[in-house]
Amino acid sequence: MSEDAGLYRTMRLIRRFEERSIELVHAGEIVGGIHPYIGQEAIAAGVCAALREDDIITSTHRGHGHVLAKGADPVRMLAELTGRATGLNQGRGGSMHAADFSKGIYGANGIVGAGGAIATGAAWAAVKEGSDRVAVSFFGDGAVSQGVLLETFNLAALWRLPVLFVCENNGYATTLTVAQSVAGSITGRAEAFGIPAVSVDGADATAVLDAARDAVARGRAGGGPSFIEATAYRFDAHHTWEHKARVRYRSDEEVAAGRSRDPLDVHGSRLDADVRAGIDAEVEALITEAVAYALDSPHPDPAGALDHLYATGLRGRDGIGLLDTAVR
Amino acid sequence: MARLSYLKALQRALSDEMGRDEAVCVLGEDIGVGVNNVTTGLLAKYGAQRVVDTPLSEQAFTSFATGAALAGLRPVIEFQIPSLLFLVFEQIANQAHKFSLMTGGQARVPVTYFVPGSGSRSGWAGQHSDHPYGLFAHVGVKTVVPATPEDAYGLFLTAIRDDDPVVLFAPAGALGVRADVDMDALGPVPLGVGRVHREGTDVTVVAVGHLVQAALAVAEQLADQISVEVFDPRTLHPFDWDGLAASVAKTGRLVVIDDSNRMCGIAGEILATAAEQMRLTVPPKRVTRPDGAVLPFARDLDLAVQPQQDQLLTAVQEVYKSSR
Repeated sequence: MSEDAGLYRTMRLIRRFEERSIELVHAGEIVGGIHPYIGQEAIAAGVCAALREDDIITSTHRGHGHVLAKGADPVRMLAELTGRATGLNQGRGGSMHAADFSKGIYGANGIVGAGGAIATGAAWAAVKEGSDRVAVSFFGDGAVSQGVLLETFNLAALWRLPVLFVCENNGYATTLTVAQSVAGSITGRAEAFGIPAVSVDGADATAVLDAARDAVARGRAGGGPSFIEATAYRFDAHHTWEHKARVRYRSDEEVAAGRSRDPLDVHGSRLDADVRAGIDAEVEALITEAVAYALDSPHPDPAGALDHLYATGLRGRDGIGLLDTAVR
Repeated sequence: MARLSYLKALQRALSDEMGRDEAVCVLGEDIGVGVNNVTTGLLAKYGAQRVVDTPLSEQAFTSFATGAALAGLRPVIEFQIPSLLFLVFEQIANQAHKFSLMTGGQARVPVTYFVPGSGSRSGWAGQHSDHPYGLFAHVGVKTVVPATPEDAYGLFLTAIRDDDPVVLFAPAGALGVRADVDMDALGPVPLGVGRVHREGTDVTVVAVGHLVQAALAVAEQLADQISVEVFDPRTLHPFDWDGLAASVAKTGRLVVIDDSNRMCGIAGEILATAAEQMRLTVPPKRVTRPDGAVLPFARDLDLAVQPQQDQLLTAVQEVYKSSR
């Protein structure tokens, strides 16, 4: 598959995964809801296309796109979202914590900005082991107001670590606009620490990939951290609860304008129509298989609700007598 | 036998583990020169790649250690001040601790956090004198409070080797403790195994950290009237409930002394468990800091809110008398 076709396939996979997941939320098969990534697919696809399988990423609450683009199995990913024993995390993580360590995916994360320091520490470990692996931390525009992330920029720059910070600026931290939350500029945050920063069109997968390649090459060569701000529009809700809550913070006109520039069309138009149709069909079959697999998969046994609480297998005392976990 | 101080025991444990395992590294503030006398000499011995002086960015370097641990290292972090643990509670309780379960067992986070000088150091006032071990036990982070030099050595070793996050509190009141130990016999001490420092038959005193010394002094003072057993849990989570049950089965009477706040403190958990599951012949007592205490600066005020030896003595006498 050509590079262009590969980028499109990743985006199409994320898009259809998200659309079907939203249906499964409404059908009650995915409890707790999801933070849809629709509209931002070019960012995950472009950045992850610049990475190797042994590179590391940390993701966000809106993490499905990153996890899929980095190579997690969409079938087991959907099983995770539906809380099944066959899920990536055996149903222990769900949408906000999906991870696949065998692919360098250190997990989606429920706390805004929390993945930055984790990725940077992993990058440090990669350097110490003598490898040229890099780590990428994805986060949104809301995260650039988190102190721990700014502290992390300082550590990464100070110690010249191979970490790429990718800020997906979709214009809103939940309902708060960037204008309401960011003094100065987003790239200025990184530049203040001497980290090379660029702003790219996050609806254009090729533009994102080009920027990511530069940054990754710099990291592998010992040139330290980089920062990419990728602007995009979130097509759907902050979280699927909005579908019922009907909170109003974006006008219909704004949403329509935002959706008019679809990253799948921006990049899809670079492919032959039959190539695109072929990918669409292949992805459709894969997603259909994923849904069937997830819904057919067994639910985890409640007796094991606290399995893996400790890596050492330590078991604490019972709380309410449901679990057979007494130490005595 | 050689004379070993508590601080030297910590230093030796860290140095020995760094020598034994290349994955062990230490991060913290002013650790290169070793302002707390635990990391002294490590920079010269192991180099700046493994002994890393950090900027004053506790939240970042705590999660940085989590990332390094996820990628295969075994970091140890020194916190100069116990209250800094409040600052990084998110990074420890909500990130490091939760990775194993949330990932379905894919990830392990072997990080050790240690505070050389927890609790009151006299005159360090409100923001440098807390003893928040109960918070970590409550959320399920492995929590260790050694009382003696040999346990400081052995528990630090075990904490570093453990595949989960472990917080080790080295109480300021214990740092000066010295003991005659057989250096060749020093070795790892398992988590979740308490230690009876003095056997007795009338009253079980559970003492945490530096208060073990106070409990031993009280036991000696009362020796001709009351036979006191001094039980040191050594680790608060996991807790040696079997060890406590064995002691209480003998004495039927229980007093806990714990240098942390009363409300939701570890002493309360110990009394509750004893009341639920053990045969107590009289109501138990606890000697703690008051509810919601903030340590005031002036020496007499500071001491007024810390549990004291004479309070323990009175509590033991009362528990003993109330059953006769």
